[in-house]
Amino acid sequence: MAKLKTPTLPSNPLTSPKRPGKAYGPSTPLEHGAEAGITAVDWIDERTSLSGGLRWMMFRKVPKGTNWFYTLGSATMFAFLSQAVTGVFLAMYYDPSATRAYESIQHINNDVFLGEFVHGMHKWGSSVMVILIFLHMGRTFFFGAYKYPRELNWVIGVALLVMTMTMSFSGYLLPFDQRSYWATIVGVNINGTGPLVGPYLSEFLRAGPYFGATTLSRFYAIHMLLVPGAIAALMGFHLYLVAKLGTTAPPWVRAKSPDALREQKVSDL
Amino acid sequence: MTEHKESKSKYTEDRQIPGAFEGETVTRRRAMVLGGQVAGGVAAAAFALPALGFAVGPIFEKQDQPWQIVGNTGEFNPDSYVPRTITLVAGIGDAGKSTVYLRKYNPDLDTEPRDEYNSYIAISTLCMHLGCPVRFTAAAQRFICPCHGGVYDIVGKVNGGPPVRPLDRFYTRLEADRVLIGPRFSVNSELQRFSPRDPGEPLDGVGQYLYPSRPSMRKIQGT
Ligand code: HEM
Ligand code: FES
Repeated sequence: MAKLKTPTLPSNPLTSPKRPGKAYGPSTPLEHGAEAGITAVDWIDERTSLSGGLRWMMFRKVPKGTNWFYTLGSATMFAFLSQAVTGVFLAMYYDPSATRAYESIQHINNDVFLGEFVHGMHKWGSSVMVILIFLHMGRTFFFGAYKYPRELNWVIGVALLVMTMTMSFSGYLLPFDQRSYWATIVGVNINGTGPLVGPYLSEFLRAGPYFGATTLSRFYAIHMLLVPGAIAALMGFHLYLVAKLGTTAPPWVRAKSPDALREQKVSDL
Repeated sequence: MTEHKESKSKYTEDRQIPGAFEGETVTRRRAMVLGGQVAGGVAAAAFALPALGFAVGPIFEKQDQPWQIVGNTGEFNPDSYVPRTITLVAGIGDAGKSTVYLRKYNPDLDTEPRDEYNSYIAISTLCMHLGCPVRFTAAAQRFICPCHGGVYDIVGKVNGGPPVRPLDRFYTRLEADRVLIGPRFSVNSELQRFSPRDPGEPLDGVGQYLYPSRPSMRKIQGT
């Protein structure tokens, strides 16, 4: 009968393995704290392998010549996040009914602690986001970043731009003062001037032939649920493609010829 | 590769699939996949279609436009307009109200034939450029829009600026000596009646076909 080979003994079974921490495990409170954090993160990572994805996203290689203009996309994203957070808190006080909306905004501005500040962040932040998105679009356009293989990311970007404008339009009605009311009437009627579908589009926006009881809540739902959800989803896809494809080098950075690269490799050795 | 495929029979029985029935051509795995996808599609449609109907439903709903009293016959004259506030949409406060300008039919001004609905002329204040509220300026005998300089003459025809058709009107009728105002209608540059359109939608030429009337609001039959 064939016999299994006996495994070789560990080289030195008597010395215990090295322990974490400075000497033998954590001793100072700081070390205990760090240990607890590491344990928690490890626990999650062991069950999700998230760190691999994070490393893939955060520690990408970027081309030579990457400069401040490449931060405009992230700046747009932070503007959106700011809008999302301030918007959620405004929703705690805002009342989307035709008879109560104006008063609820006045209440936010005049009575609620930090209300005018948060409302102001949301109001001015909307313009900031629109400015940033156009600057980012200009950056990708002038750097030729829309070319193969990044056309789809440009198309997604256009969808994000349209939805950002939709956010501006639907949000403008919500204060429900004279300016926002009439500006929305005019805006809806501009939609209506599209031949054949226009009249139905404006009826869809108003929920009927007149600016009615549910127009405001319809705009509110579009503004706070429908479009932001779609923007967040598309933003995720946009960023996935950025990480997957890598970013474009600025047009003034010339690609090295393969010969030069080979020479460099050899000299590196 | 193709050779291998050709040698395969379409019957699962011939392919030696365990538990195959006679004459069976679709494998059970394939049937399950299809079934799962169909079930998923049905489940998604079950919430997506009602939600969509919910959102677009109001387009096809007929809007109520009840007749409202706006005053007594003695309050209006044939030469100038008197403003009255009417309710277009009930229950939403000021946002549902609108101003209407009224005067008596004047054979010197009004060219359209008399009928039961126009012994009083009721002009809507919705500008036919993009919907701002116009105001009648008695000194100029004109309707003037504050937004982009739209100007209309005393019967509501376009004098200048961007509006694409004359001001809309409302049907009026008499009940004893009270003047009632009813549904809105639109007019082309000859002041012929059309089902109500939104501002910015011309009615001359092909306009009435490019901007169809909608089920939510129609003019009174036969007028
Ligand atoms: C919600 C709005 C948007 C967000 C949050 C966003 C975010 C980003 C981020 C973070 C990047 C990485 C590189 C960089 O920042 O320059 C990027 C790249 C890119 N974006 Fe956007 N973006 C938005 C809208 C747009 C628009 C409107 C367009 C164009 C129509 C666009 C087209 C592109 C393209 C083509 C790239 C690839 C750039 C490259 O490979 O160098 N994005 N986006
Ligand atoms: S809305 Fe009256 S002129 Fe533009």
